[in-house]
Amino acid sequence: MAVVAPKRHSLFPPAVWTGVLVATALLAMLPILNLIFPDGSALHVSSFTIALIGKFMCFAIAALALDLVWGYTGILSLGHGLFFALGGYAHGMYLMRAIGHDGVYQSDLPDFMVFLDWKAYPWYWSFTDHFWYCMLLVVLVPGILAFVFGFFAFRSRIKGVYFSIITQALTFAAMLLFFRNNTGFGGNNGFTDFKRILGFTITAPNTKAVLYLVTLAALLGALVLARWITQSKLGRVLTGIRDAESRLMFVGYDPLWFKLFIWTLSAVLCGIAGALYVPQVGIINPSEMSPANSIEMVIWVATGGRGTLVGPIIGAGVVNGMKTWFTSALPQYWLFVLGAIFVLVTLFLPQGIAGLVRKLWTRRSTPRAAADPATGGAS
Amino acid sequence: MSADIPMANNNDPQTNPTGAAGYGHVVPTSVDLSHGAILYLDDITVSFDGFRALNKLTLDIGVGELRCVIGPNGAGKTTMMDVITGKTRPDAGTAFFGQTMDLTRMSEPQIAHAGIGRKFQRPTVFENHSVFENLELAMKMDKGVRATLLARLKGEQVDAIGSTLALIRLEEQAFRPAGLLSHGQKQWLEIGMLLMQEPRLLLLDEPVAGMTDAETERTGELLNELRGKHSLMVVEHDMDFVESIAQGGIVTVLHEGSVLAQGTMDAVQADARVIEVYLGR
Repeated sequence: MAVVAPKRHSLFPPAVWTGVLVATALLAMLPILNLIFPDGSALHVSSFTIALIGKFMCFAIAALALDLVWGYTGILSLGHGLFFALGGYAHGMYLMRAIGHDGVYQSDLPDFMVFLDWKAYPWYWSFTDHFWYCMLLVVLVPGILAFVFGFFAFRSRIKGVYFSIITQALTFAAMLLFFRNNTGFGGNNGFTDFKRILGFTITAPNTKAVLYLVTLAALLGALVLARWITQSKLGRVLTGIRDAESRLMFVGYDPLWFKLFIWTLSAVLCGIAGALYVPQVGIINPSEMSPANSIEMVIWVATGGRGTLVGPIIGAGVVNGMKTWFTSALPQYWLFVLGAIFVLVTLFLPQGIAGLVRKLWTRRSTPRAAADPATGGAS
Repeated sequence: MSADIPMANNNDPQTNPTGAAGYGHVVPTSVDLSHGAILYLDDITVSFDGFRALNKLTLDIGVGELRCVIGPNGAGKTTMMDVITGKTRPDAGTAFFGQTMDLTRMSEPQIAHAGIGRKFQRPTVFENHSVFENLELAMKMDKGVRATLLARLKGEQVDAIGSTLALIRLEEQAFRPAGLLSHGQKQWLEIGMLLMQEPRLLLLDEPVAGMTDAETERTGELLNELRGKHSLMVVEHDMDFVESIAQGGIVTVLHEGSVLAQGTMDAVQADARVIEVYLGR
């Protein structure tokens, strides 16, 4: 008669673990194939593909971060592009310093500062020639901004659409700020024309491969971390906030600190994604903070499936894959397609791709499938 | 419904001057029960725009007692619960929990942590969580972020959840999502969640509202099992139900904000004034 504790699950069900590890292994092989096999060989993977997938993986980390706050905690952020861009800018500062005297003007200062006739670095550029200091900024700048913003917003119990609108306004305001030349971040051109990272030529295939692999590792790490958190009791408190916040307070939890924890963590993950993105695409500018970018992130998560972790990763890949194809083949139609995706997903796939897979899986292996379906997460 | 948010004011600087909600810490509850009573209300008066919802209400509840409170609509039953849980401040009078805790000076979360649990009429449970997880979330323990992230269920905690599941008869449903439970089962789960918080005093507001006859009967059994182990105050309209759980205990009849009559169910039902204002109609 005694009730036994629910069996301690491993982080993922075995099938999902296998899938995750196989996908990781396949993705890890691509840059190696790119390096080993010469151009023209059947096994050669083009540098374009490597760059593209590397970029998608950065987006996937951002989608994962957004899923933690939206899918699990019910906080819809329409401003996550800001944290992504801030992480990118923080890393970009190091990359600009690493150009050294190889800029157009061959000055101590980055080209855009020479252009503005600045004589010295502003104070906030101090120490940015140190790689690890910039890596610290990648974590701290989005983290502290998110913490302070979140503290006031959550303490004032701003919820739902009001919170979403404020995050949207925040990223828009930041974009306007970064567009100004006087802000000291390169105005509307942002940072570009990077030469090297930690002494390695940034455009060299080997460097590209390493950046790609670091991104892959970061994605896997973020997935495992997010899964660990969402499977913990804290994860159940987060879904409790999403489903019945007042009830949760009544049971004795203070939602403020739980929201703040996941919100800040999400911003930091997003910043890391941005920091990995910049050296791979070679540019960061204020358009990354445009409201449309943040909304696109939401669409990745919705398409992949909210509250599933694996889903948003897939969603980021699928939507961006389509974007890549459309913007080269039929560029004028992309925004219509994006809108159509959102409408169709909302109407017909409320659980996203992950929900569809789960449904098909359940249908296939009917009797025992009610247990824990493929993608896990909040049902 | 704001009535369902008992801690809605915890950021109100007046009720909570430190700003700290008192969440996240297991407050050592030392309720002084030396005089055998857990709750004293003395001359409580609450007015809303001149209307006296409570008028010099005086009431006390003994340790381990199951007290039924009845009364027509507008008699002040809900206001009384609001005063006890800190949601409403009385204009006059004193409310003590045990011998020493002045409820009129405590915030809602402080009162909740001191050990007064309240069940509202409409059941709210975490529908996406299993019954087991609902009880786990409610269990009395450190509810800070870090402790929650690293929490692992210990054997005796699983046993505590198990015995609560047995008490509320939801063992079969332990690992089903709470959203799939019937209305009555959700009510029991909510009572179970209250019990997991180990309250000294349980306030139940119309626990059988909307229940089937079988569920009502079962709830009566459940409350009778709690009698003696917990102090309970049950506010109810359903006279048959009150009869089934009063069992010779004291029943309090409220009318126009004060106690009209008090005594055993039989004595109360025989009281001419009670018949006039309530039972007779």
